[in-house]
Amino acid sequence: MGEKSIAAAEIQEAPPRTTGWNQTLKVFFTRKLVVVGFVLVLIFVLMAIFGPWLTPYDPYQIDTENTLLQPLTKGHLLGTDALGRDTLSRLVYGSRTALTVGIITIAIGTTIGVILGLLAGFFGGATSMIIMRLMDMLLTFPMLLLALLISGILGGGIQNVIIALTLGSIAPYSRVVNGQTLSVKENDYIIAAHAVGANDARTMFSHILPNILPLIIVLSTMQIGGLILAEASLSFLGIGIKPPGAAWGSMINDGYRYLLTNPALSFAPGICIILVVFGFMMMGDGLRDALDPRLRGTL
Amino acid sequence: MSAYIIRRCLIGLLLILMVTIFVFLVMRLLPGDPIYIYMSANALDRLTFEEIVKLRHQYGIDRPMIVQYFDWMGKIFRGDLGESMFYQAPVAKLVKDRFPISLEISFIAWIFGDLLGLLIGIIAALKWGKWIDTVSIGMSYLGITIPSFWLAILLIYVIGLKLGWLPLSGWTSPAVDLGEHIKHIIIPVFCLAVAGIGGTARLMRSSFLEIIRQDYIRTARSKGLQESLIVWRHALKNSIMPIITLMGMGITTIFAGSYIIETLFSIPGMGMLTVSSLFNHDYAVVQFSALLTAFIIIMANLLVDISYTWFDPRIRYQ
Repeated sequence: MGEKSIAAAEIQEAPPRTTGWNQTLKVFFTRKLVVVGFVLVLIFVLMAIFGPWLTPYDPYQIDTENTLLQPLTKGHLLGTDALGRDTLSRLVYGSRTALTVGIITIAIGTTIGVILGLLAGFFGGATSMIIMRLMDMLLTFPMLLLALLISGILGGGIQNVIIALTLGSIAPYSRVVNGQTLSVKENDYIIAAHAVGANDARTMFSHILPNILPLIIVLSTMQIGGLILAEASLSFLGIGIKPPGAAWGSMINDGYRYLLTNPALSFAPGICIILVVFGFMMMGDGLRDALDPRLRGTL
Repeated sequence: MSAYIIRRCLIGLLLILMVTIFVFLVMRLLPGDPIYIYMSANALDRLTFEEIVKLRHQYGIDRPMIVQYFDWMGKIFRGDLGESMFYQAPVAKLVKDRFPISLEISFIAWIFGDLLGLLIGIIAALKWGKWIDTVSIGMSYLGITIPSFWLAILLIYVIGLKLGWLPLSGWTSPAVDLGEHIKHIIIPVFCLAVAGIGGTARLMRSSFLEIIRQDYIRTARSKGLQESLIVWRHALKNSIMPIITLMGMGITTIFAGSYIIETLFSIPGMGMLTVSSLFNHDYAVVQFSALLTAFIIIMANLLVDISYTWFDPRIRYQ
């Protein structure tokens, strides 16, 4: 009982925790471009979530009487494609595809990559040898070729694109985390954690991981843009989401045939890709400055 | 140093072996039979069962996978790259025609992208906070975020279709007509390089800004050295390290990009061959293409790591 009250008193006397979260937010929103990026990402996320309520038309509705309408036609702000489907509605649904693939892939890829990197860095020796050589192998392999092969085996469809891109995104994380773990584990507090009886798992996840978390968050945010680009490349090549599903990459490819008469069909999805990728990159930059300014110049 | 290079080469060999095993297995997991794809492509739908069995035997795909792998690998070491089922031609001949084309485009895009990015980054850093800086940074962000195939379509539309300055697609050998050759590669090379330009410029700017504030730069200034000497000798060599790392990774990006760009511009290079062979289940072609790609990426990264010692003599490899 006595012990407990002392601990409680100590907690009360301790200075209030520095408002790290507020500080982070403040730094994050100082740069104008970061705010622009944040707003862009927010707009696309809202578009993806509320798509069905926002779109004036069903993106899959074929309308043979209104094919290949030019932009700014009455009723169709961005015109229609060769099957008479409303371009704007398909763009909104394309944001669902892009963000779903980007965010789910990054979540799975980061988790696996971080765990592998932690294991390799922490245990070293044979564990590190096996994991890191496998990662090197994945890195000597262009991600797109890997994705092409995997979607070839599993067929198209959004879940297979996610699997393919996840496999391609694990290696960079595990490499970075491996390096960071190697340097963090030399710190005295890791030895101290061991001395007070923390087991390996506890040391790894409660003592090493929090120290490399900022780096992981920054890297993931920047990577989402790259993954959205990769998804677009895949669906541009005709792999990835199956028709009639809407993906920006396949919309560009579909519109390519009508480039001379309807350039907007190809151009509009590309602008969406640029905006959303730019948004995530700027958010990554802002997070880097806010969470770990030392990373400037390296990321 | 030589011990380090030998060790790296051995590891590289191991990695190449792993890549070949991986691709070999994955190719055989692809649904669909190469013989049937070959048949439908050549309108040979009246092949009898016996003839199909004969074809399978001829290409050796009726044997156990492990036997096939070692047979293929053994032949590679003896200089026999195998036979393409789809093109009915030796892989060596296909590669001999196409590889130089890809190598030229990729290499020019790689060097051009990095040099231009370097230059833009340095200028932006020197004019820090001025309008040139803002414009360069904006352009480099655009370079990173723009999908290369979309940029290609945009350039085809504006420069090819509307202005008619450059041909839309295709390929002319430099031996036939050098001028036409250059005209054909300008847009593809630029599309491949653009991500590299953006990435290099952005990284170079921040790295240069970091270095230019160091004490030894102040020392150099205070002893009265010319500004140009400080920039090009003292600052450049020290700020270039992160760029070298990025260049190593850029090789992989350019290879991936060439698959799409070559297909889009109908350039008969390795990228187009690999993509079409993948769809045609042309085992021998895809396997060798992956091996070649892995080899080039590994060698390029080895060169990058060795070049560190030249830029920063403090780095020693054992």
